[in-house]
Amino acid sequence: MAEHSILIGGRAGEGLNKAGIIIARVLNGLGYRVFMYYDYPSLIRGGHNFSIIRASPERIYSHRTEVDFLLAMNRETLDLHAHRRSQGTVAIFNSDAVKAEGIGLPLAQIAREEGAPEIARNTGIVAGFCAASGIPWEALEGTLRKEIPRGLEANLAIARRAYALVQPVPAAAIARVPRDGPPLPFLTGNEAAGIGLLSAGLEAYVAYPMTPTSNLLHFLAGLPPDHGLTVVHPENEIGVMLMAGGFAYAGRRVAVGTSGGGFCLMTEGFSLTGMAELPVVVFLGQRPGPSTGLPTYSCQTELHFAANAGQGEFPRFVVAPGDLEETCYWSAAALALSWRYQMPSIVLYDKNLAEHGYNLDTGAVPGLPDLPPLTWDGAVPYRRYAITDSGVSPLAFPSAKGAVVKANGYAHGENGITTEDPVTVTRMQEKLLRKGEGLARDLEGMPAVTVSGTKAAPDALVTWGSTAGACRDVAAGLGLRVVQPVVLAPFPAERVRAALWGATRAIVVEENATGQLERLLALHGIRVDARIRKYDGRPFAEDELGSRVGGAVS
Amino acid sequence: MTGRTLITDARNTWCPGCGNFSLQFALKALLQDLEKGGTSLDDVVLVTGIGCHAKLADYLDVNSFYSIHGRVLPVATAIKLANPALTVIGCAGDGDAYAEGLDHLIFAAKRNVDITLFIHNNRVYGLTTGQYTPTSPLGFKGRSTPAGTLEYPLNPLELMYASGATFIARGYSKNQPLLKKTMAEAVRHRGFSFVDILQICATYFDVHDMYDKYVYELSGHDPRDPSQALRRILEWDYNNPAPIGLGTFFEKDLPTFGSRFSLQAAVPPDRKEKIRMLLDGLR
Repeated sequence: MAEHSILIGGRAGEGLNKAGIIIARVLNGLGYRVFMYYDYPSLIRGGHNFSIIRASPERIYSHRTEVDFLLAMNRETLDLHAHRRSQGTVAIFNSDAVKAEGIGLPLAQIAREEGAPEIARNTGIVAGFCAASGIPWEALEGTLRKEIPRGLEANLAIARRAYALVQPVPAAAIARVPRDGPPLPFLTGNEAAGIGLLSAGLEAYVAYPMTPTSNLLHFLAGLPPDHGLTVVHPENEIGVMLMAGGFAYAGRRVAVGTSGGGFCLMTEGFSLTGMAELPVVVFLGQRPGPSTGLPTYSCQTELHFAANAGQGEFPRFVVAPGDLEETCYWSAAALALSWRYQMPSIVLYDKNLAEHGYNLDTGAVPGLPDLPPLTWDGAVPYRRYAITDSGVSPLAFPSAKGAVVKANGYAHGENGITTEDPVTVTRMQEKLLRKGEGLARDLEGMPAVTVSGTKAAPDALVTWGSTAGACRDVAAGLGLRVVQPVVLAPFPAERVRAALWGATRAIVVEENATGQLERLLALHGIRVDARIRKYDGRPFAEDELGSRVGGAVS
Repeated sequence: MTGRTLITDARNTWCPGCGNFSLQFALKALLQDLEKGGTSLDDVVLVTGIGCHAKLADYLDVNSFYSIHGRVLPVATAIKLANPALTVIGCAGDGDAYAEGLDHLIFAAKRNVDITLFIHNNRVYGLTTGQYTPTSPLGFKGRSTPAGTLEYPLNPLELMYASGATFIARGYSKNQPLLKKTMAEAVRHRGFSFVDILQICATYFDVHDMYDKYVYELSGHDPRDPSQALRRILEWDYNNPAPIGLGTFFEKDLPTFGSRFSLQAAVPPDRKEKIRMLLDGLR
């Protein structure tokens, strides 16, 4: 069975993301594993948007540079993506806007005759693609009925006409992939994060909009009220973090989301959650900086920021999932671990994982171990910061009978009252840090480091976050080992060492300019032999990474 | 009744003559009255910022969140949303609420979240040893402005009126009976209650002679009449000598922020099933 790549492009503001999702869902329904890359500039209208949908009978995590179908709503799309064409590439374009070789569809004319809005022209080109690739009309119609809530009839009318105008291209045919059971859900990393949080009992989500995590806010805010979730969009990220602290203090499971710039504003409150021992989970979606940088693109530049953010010394949990299953699992785990150890967690991901579409195989998401928080047994007097062997003090919340719950950002005694006494300060700092030891022990029973590909291969790619996806795709073809530290703090150095055992060449692959994972590995005495870095804001295409890896191992 | 003394054994470190003693006294009386009125002190939360005022979190034996400079309001807002049964009282300084945390103040008023904010307005930074604040008068000579400030003070009541606060009042630490009454009214009000409390800083800005000369209790004033309220609010600009009204300037009823959330309730027992349905919709 063959795999297929389809690019659809046009001007920003024309609904191309939606059109890409429709193509992805049609292919998903045909039994393929689907990945959707979505490239858009930071503006609302104008500029060039495109999606690449890659469908394969096998599991995939990245796109390829070459495409089999090029669907162009304008001339620019054909020009900008000329390098993606091979001899067999089928071009389908809006012939009312473009004169070119290939399959032209008079989309503006059809839309006008059907009295449909301009945006519905996308549906026409998608239908033209389905006809050219031999995808049955019913498969398209079923998806359109699910995906287009408003103006469905006009869209269907355009789709029917475009579908009828295009003859199948046998060399580019897309056949159904036989599978047992229904197709897998197709969603973004933001949605998978939301699913993971909900499954771990999320009660409140607080965020100020910022790409690439805004869609996590939109997803959770858009849930029906019977999900029992309070979603707040406050005045700024400072307010976000402090509100999260308030929710946690009052006993509510809470998460926040942002990107680097917003997290800069949050660090003051983040340090407070460390000192006051408030469980808060931060979803930090990376995009290239410094400063505003490339707001709608991807990178892996905040590893050390996340690991070190906030003044003072306090334990934290930092995890960088690489795919949707890991996102689902670790989002839930972060919430549970934050509560178990009364400390902040950061789920570090990026635009590539947050906003791109993947399949989620819920059957492949492991169950979480039992990670209960320590709650107060009613013994008086209650001391919010009681010193224990584990460093974890029993939790009580305001309105608990007989408990005076005092949270404090100052150095404090066990009762939560401010102190400057050197002996108390020392004991409390040590108590705070002991919590990190328990966390590290819990993580020993969890998939904190993954090994994939050819697990005993002498050449190992060492990578983190969503770059693991492209590495897995490349490793499958080249017979390489992929070692992925998923947990970054507390760093599971021994497990990384074990995962690299027997490897004669370790190549670090990451999407930043200074080698952030490499630096973390070096801190723990783990040396690597070569490095592949990328920092243009675009995640690796499989073939692009493959040729760079080929250069490094040859 | 919890039978608590309401005062912890933390050592008090306010300067002798500090206006905060009066506020603590009034707050303690307020808490005792709340308890007499049937509110369990277990259901009261005090949130403070950073500054001399904030030591109240250590001194008062109630649930407290000793937060950071300027950030009383987002913390207090979330606590109220998290558990609407709680009575949430914020105490902040003038530097706290009017400088570092001004954005939160405007939004708390705009949202009409059902919490009460008491500003310990001594019009100077005390804990950082004597710099001007947003309510210091023009020409204030502080350690950061030895030649005198070049900016006019804010009128916080006017700011709160413009921001949509539904309860606006002013107190004076030396007028205990009126202060207690005003604080009680503020807690009773459903919605965002704002009380700017003039207190002297015994060490850096002791202007009690001026206050004693100009303060008066609002009388014959209808706080539900916006035009009367605004006229009284504008009477003193926190700069030039003028009559300084005390009491409740403005009050109106609006739905509160929390009441607009359909559910602050528990996670539904069938959430797993709901998640499964969400995922089915994404196939």
